[in-house]
Amino acid sequence: MIEMLTYPFMQKAFLTGILVAIACAALGTYLILKKFSLIGDGLAHIAFGGIATGLLFGITPFISSLIFALIGSISILKLKEKTAIHADTAIGIISHASLGLGIFIASIARGFNTDILSYLFGSILAIKDSDLILSTILALSVIAFILLYNKDLFYVTFDEESAKVSGINTNFLNSMLIILTAITIVSSMNVVGLLLASALIIIPPSSALQLKTSFKKTILWAITFAILSIIIGLVTAYYLDYAVSGTIVLINTLIFLIIMTYKKFENYFNSKKINYSNS
Amino acid sequence: MKEEIININDVSFAYSKQDVVKNITLTIHKGEFVGLIGPNGSGKTTLLKIMLGLLEPNKGSVKLFDKPIKKFKDWSKIGYVPQKATNIDKNFPATVQEIVLMGLLSTKKIPKIITQKDNQKIQNALELTNITNLSKARITDLSGGQQQRALIAKALVSNPLIILLDEPTTGVDQKTQENFYKLLAKLNKKGITIVLVTHDIGRITRNVTKVASINQKLTFFGNHKEFCAKDKNHPHEHTLCIHGE
Repeated sequence: MIEMLTYPFMQKAFLTGILVAIACAALGTYLILKKFSLIGDGLAHIAFGGIATGLLFGITPFISSLIFALIGSISILKLKEKTAIHADTAIGIISHASLGLGIFIASIARGFNTDILSYLFGSILAIKDSDLILSTILALSVIAFILLYNKDLFYVTFDEESAKVSGINTNFLNSMLIILTAITIVSSMNVVGLLLASALIIIPPSSALQLKTSFKKTILWAITFAILSIIIGLVTAYYLDYAVSGTIVLINTLIFLIIMTYKKFENYFNSKKINYSNS
Repeated sequence: MKEEIININDVSFAYSKQDVVKNITLTIHKGEFVGLIGPNGSGKTTLLKIMLGLLEPNKGSVKLFDKPIKKFKDWSKIGYVPQKATNIDKNFPATVQEIVLMGLLSTKKIPKIITQKDNQKIQNALELTNITNLSKARITDLSGGQQQRALIAKALVSNPLIILLDEPTTGVDQKTQENFYKLLAKLNKKGITIVLVTHDIGRITRNVTKVASINQKLTFFGNHKEFCAKDKNHPHEHTLCIHGE
């Protein structure tokens, strides 16, 4: 284990992976409670269009996908705000348009399909220094925003109307949630790949929510599960040569299933106890 | 003359050309306990949301503490209890203490650090609403009445001068309702102005000092004795007033 950490590529993978895991899990808790968790999937589709466009025009795919995801997230907000279209429909329209563009570009510009695959499935062990720096800056920005605004975000998630009456700028926070999701999806692209990017947003907070604890502890548990999955994923990839992204997502799913089973048993035994004490 | 807390002047509001409230003018003064009543769909909640700046009227103006609502910034003076207890997501992970803390956010600046003094305020609000023992409990594990008390504690924690409540006893049993109204009366005696939206004026006539009855338009605004006297003269017009009050 210690020997593994002496390699610079593993140090980079751990650093980026853990920062991205923290950003995804914290942000995901708010998104799930706002019933908005699938925005991550939509933004990943949008980022795919950005990668293909970047590869076609010789722009760093990380930058082009970030630009696409940011424009896409703002377009979703505007479409929802200025028309009678619901948020989920707005996500569907914009994300599929960008996905269509990505597939179209990939089909006409044959030759960069291998590059696209590394973005779709992630390549954390082969992360470039420039991508590492960008991922780290982006993940740190997301974490910093959440640390600053966590109490307001919590209030807006619980009850938007009351938050407004308390003078909280709910429009700003709702817009920032979508923009931060776009940034997080792009920064997690190298860790788990675009196809599985939203998994880190959805699964760790869903596991934590099953613990039925306070909000603060829920976020801390979600972050713990996400970090744990990154560490186990990287260690197994190093020793057993498994695909990192798939392993990370499978470990998260396993944690979710273990907690779900534990909670089922706990409820069953608690109800038995109540019946026993009543009889 | 008592301080004007809310001033509504000739306010109208419509959802896509469908009038919901029309030409309403009323003023709520410091220390009053106003029951805002009317049948379902009469525009009570809409009027409350206009008072809070959650909806912008198509016509007319609203002032809070003598300031036009758009310029009003001192939201810690206002406590709001939404019709929320029946709508809380059963998976929402929050303790009573965390919920009450939300009420303090209007008094703080980013990053909104909670101090020892704030924790004391939270304790005081929990004591006032008699739920100190529930501070660590999850809001979703509580009964409807306890949830409602937690939301009132949240509204009270910033020491507001006025509390506005939207049908707070919906889905709550009768005994809990009575305790709840006693709590409101206690708060009003402490000098807090109260605006209570309800379709159930019968239970609160002992406590309200004024009744605003609306059915799109304001049909009555005055003290509750006049309201009950009017009710006696027109027994078929209002059936909500308890006679002999």
